[in-house]
Amino acid sequence: MIINHPLLGPRDAAEFVVLGDACLIDRPDGMNAASEEMHDYAYVRDNPAGEHRELWYHEQGDRSWLVVTRSTLTHDVIKVELARDVARARGRSR
Amino acid sequence: MTQAMRIDGGMVDRSRTLSFSWNGRWMTGYHGDTLASALLANGERLVGRSFKYHRPRGIFASGSEEPNALVQLREGAAQEPNTRATTIELFEGLNAASQNHRGPLAFDLMAANDLLSPFLSAGFYYKTFMWPKAFWERLYEPLIRASAGLGRLPMQPDPDVYDHGFLHCDLLVIGAGPTGLSAALAAARSGLRVILADEDFVPGGRLNAETHEVDEQSGADWAAAVTAELAASDNARLMTRTTVYGAFDHGIYGALERRTDHLADAGGKPRQVLWRIYTRRALLSAGATERSMAFGNNDRPGVMLAGAVRTYVNRFGVAPGRKVAVFTNNDDGLRTAEDLGEKGIEVAAVIDARKGDFVMDTIGRSGIRAVRLGDGRRVEADCLAVSGGWSPNVHLTCHHRGRPVWDADVVGFVPGGELPSGMSVAGAANGTMTLAAAIREGHGAAVGIAGDLGAERSPGTPAKAADESFAAAPFWQVAGLRKRAWVDLQNDVTTKDVRQSHQEGFRSVEHLKRYTTLGMATDQGRTANVLGLALMADAAGKSIEETGTTIFRPPYTPVAIGAFAGRARGKHFRPHRLTPSHKWAEENGADFVEAGMWLRAQWFKRPGEKGWRDSVDREASRVRKSVGICDVTTLGKIDIQGRDAAEFLNRVYANAFLKLPVGKVRYGLMLREDGICYDDGTTARLSESHFVMTTTTANAVLVFRNLEFARQCLWPDLDVHLISTTDGWAQFAVAGPKSRALLSKVVDDLDLSNDAFPFMACAECSVFGGTPARLFRISFSGELAYEIAVPARYGDSMMRALMKAGEEFDAVPYGTEALGVLRIEKGHVAGNEITGQTTARMLGLRGMVSRSKDAIGLKLSERDAMNEDDGMRLAGFRPVDRSVILTAGAHFLNPGDSADMAHDQGWMTSVAYSPELGMSVGLGFLKRGTDRIGETIRAYSPVRDQDVIVEVCSPHHVDPDGVRQRG
Repeated sequence: MIINHPLLGPRDAAEFVVLGDACLIDRPDGMNAASEEMHDYAYVRDNPAGEHRELWYHEQGDRSWLVVTRSTLTHDVIKVELARDVARARGRSR
Repeated sequence: MTQAMRIDGGMVDRSRTLSFSWNGRWMTGYHGDTLASALLANGERLVGRSFKYHRPRGIFASGSEEPNALVQLREGAAQEPNTRATTIELFEGLNAASQNHRGPLAFDLMAANDLLSPFLSAGFYYKTFMWPKAFWERLYEPLIRASAGLGRLPMQPDPDVYDHGFLHCDLLVIGAGPTGLSAALAAARSGLRVILADEDFVPGGRLNAETHEVDEQSGADWAAAVTAELAASDNARLMTRTTVYGAFDHGIYGALERRTDHLADAGGKPRQVLWRIYTRRALLSAGATERSMAFGNNDRPGVMLAGAVRTYVNRFGVAPGRKVAVFTNNDDGLRTAEDLGEKGIEVAAVIDARKGDFVMDTIGRSGIRAVRLGDGRRVEADCLAVSGGWSPNVHLTCHHRGRPVWDADVVGFVPGGELPSGMSVAGAANGTMTLAAAIREGHGAAVGIAGDLGAERSPGTPAKAADESFAAAPFWQVAGLRKRAWVDLQNDVTTKDVRQSHQEGFRSVEHLKRYTTLGMATDQGRTANVLGLALMADAAGKSIEETGTTIFRPPYTPVAIGAFAGRARGKHFRPHRLTPSHKWAEENGADFVEAGMWLRAQWFKRPGEKGWRDSVDREASRVRKSVGICDVTTLGKIDIQGRDAAEFLNRVYANAFLKLPVGKVRYGLMLREDGICYDDGTTARLSESHFVMTTTTANAVLVFRNLEFARQCLWPDLDVHLISTTDGWAQFAVAGPKSRALLSKVVDDLDLSNDAFPFMACAECSVFGGTPARLFRISFSGELAYEIAVPARYGDSMMRALMKAGEEFDAVPYGTEALGVLRIEKGHVAGNEITGQTTARMLGLRGMVSRSKDAIGLKLSERDAMNEDDGMRLAGFRPVDRSVILTAGAHFLNPGDSADMAHDQGWMTSVAYSPELGMSVGLGFLKRGTDRIGETIRAYSPVRDQDVIVEVCSPHHVDPDGVRQRG
């Protein structure tokens, strides 16, 4: 598998560690969230047949966390973004 | 022995005679032979016994599809079972033996299985041997195990070398037959970077086996000319003896190159190389595989695929028989008779299924003598050439989502569905079965790809050839079959098994495969699958199209595990990380233990010590009485800097870090988001915006990964930066009452008095007159203790200098075992307690979890079930009989309770012999443990056969008030 790193270009998947669903970016605030909300964040994942947004970490590389949009059916990589940019776009800051 | 069946012609080099041994007998062949062609040249028809019925079997094919001629190759540790005689190149001194028989090959004692065949049909193991029940373990299973399998493993380590390699190209052409050669030539001329791979040792594919002409020369000569042009081209790479075994994601192909398998002596070079080929486009030109038909006793030695007969006659100059009968359902089979006639071999009969003729049965035992035709006639023949049509080699098209589709004109499955992206197919693999058309298609495909990729040079024109006639009609099994007829030769699946599978309801192709094991042998049913599907379709009254096909997974042909391992075996299985004091430790009698990738000193043996306990007891005692030094570099170290560094730490640790003063260290506890503890360590504040975190050795990588996740994904705008400095700093624990005195000799200009540098203080300083260092007053042993860090390049000198400075205190180096003893005595938790299943409350660290701020894991650590009052709590344990040695893993039981899970009270996590207390002590989790100090309970370990009474105590066996570490 090859991931087209937005900063470094095409890199072999062996350089990366995969974490899973990119919804892990959307962490509720622990002081304000309801238990159910935090439970869903920690345990509940979609498992789609088709497009899936996943977190990949370039551990043997520049240590960027990436959001890779990938088809679980064909393994085609559709889009690769820096997770930091995605997090900011989803309203995360400090 | 003379080569009685050798005839004129062929591509073998008759000036180079090679000797080889078969079943202990020496024979000769020529350079350019395969083991199979050399055996046939020597008149060896019987080469093995079948898997289940131990039927006599001969060479059936001429390539990697061979189902019968599996042999044991080479001797000693290098021997390899189940190698196909048809793909082994002959070399001087080759040694091979037949497989799967008891006693001599010609008289196999296990052949009695053939008489039992009515009981051994499809699924027999699900139905027979069921009773009496007690017989299974003692009788049936050992019997079945003894008779299962084909070849024998040497049961010794593989002495050969394997390697891995990586290649990049624009176009990978898979198969160097007429199609592949034509395509590779056009692509190379266009300027593309081309790799042409073929499993054979001579490129050309069927051109070497047939008598076709290409560009007004023989096909073999044309193939040689193209090969020469490609070899001279700067942008083409020809890889013979290379099987592309799998298509993987994004244009990555796996290929196995047999580098020195054809040599008597590899000369230390790798035997095989596993290549990973990255390519922009791929062209599959893997040709087609011939198949048989179902008639009585169609498995006897002498029954051979017609195309293989032509290969032996035309390429190797070997006659597979003296009188050959041909049984065919297509025009291709008829050419066999012509080619045999050309070579002066008698053709006993041509039996064309399309004219209503067929072979009913074969006669002979260890080789055919005659065939019986459908009309009752008997034809004397010692070889029967069979052609049931050709199946395109679509295997690699299926490795992603491809589903082959039935083509009635080809009478075979052709590529269908979604091919791996970037893959095209041409030639016979694509159902283009005739020569001129295949050459044109290969050329056209390459031209198209060159255009797509922007190549600018001229590809030339395709070679000229004639299209031979190819008229095939489906014909699967003869009518009125009374004798057994084989479908899958390697797994001994007969037409009866297929019918039975249908009768018993296993009708989908996938069920058929698994119930009968059709196509599940090492050849993946290359010559069998289509016939099996056709018979199932027939039994179900459906078309083959409706019945469908099973698909193929990598590898195309078997790949040795050694090739996948490559050089990553033995001590090279993974890299070793060495601590900065490793060399010193080696010089000083250390025993090493693997801790992740690290090698750490476990203990240092001194003269007179009889066992490891002597060394460990001495080291632990010296630390408590004087001072010891331990290399703790392996702990993860993360440098954390930025204006928001304190805020960041406050969110990743369960306890508070915002107000940690500069010059102080704090113990920190990390939770996972589900509220379970996963790591602990200390973090020192060197300045307002600069922290140094330590993690456990085991979790160094994971903690760093998680911190980066938090930094980039959760709080992207916090001003904080991380870098791993685990390898940057050599760090040593200096522990014991004399540690201050020792370090005073080492550290420059730093007041180490308890007031100036108290417990949990830290400072940047220098040692030995200017070497930069960091000093932390932290204690894992419970003694007055420090950890001192210097840049890693000074680590070796530092260890030597510390030991020298410690001479006057009789300082000892101590290893991981003494480290463990000291921490168990002190009651510090470690990996045995922080297992990924324990909570802060269980560990007695509930008070550390701050509820006044959000941190990872806080919310879910509050869940009721994780905070029940009668939950497990960390406690200490001592044997009532002080001479007993405790065992970790023992479970606790209340006295009088039966030993079962219902009465389980907890378990022992860590034990050590405490030289300080003169007895074995333990840590463990006990239900309501903190409330039960003073009770006596059972520590029960059925696996260690131990059942002892222990006393519950505080986990802090030594210095429970922490006086020593603060002193």
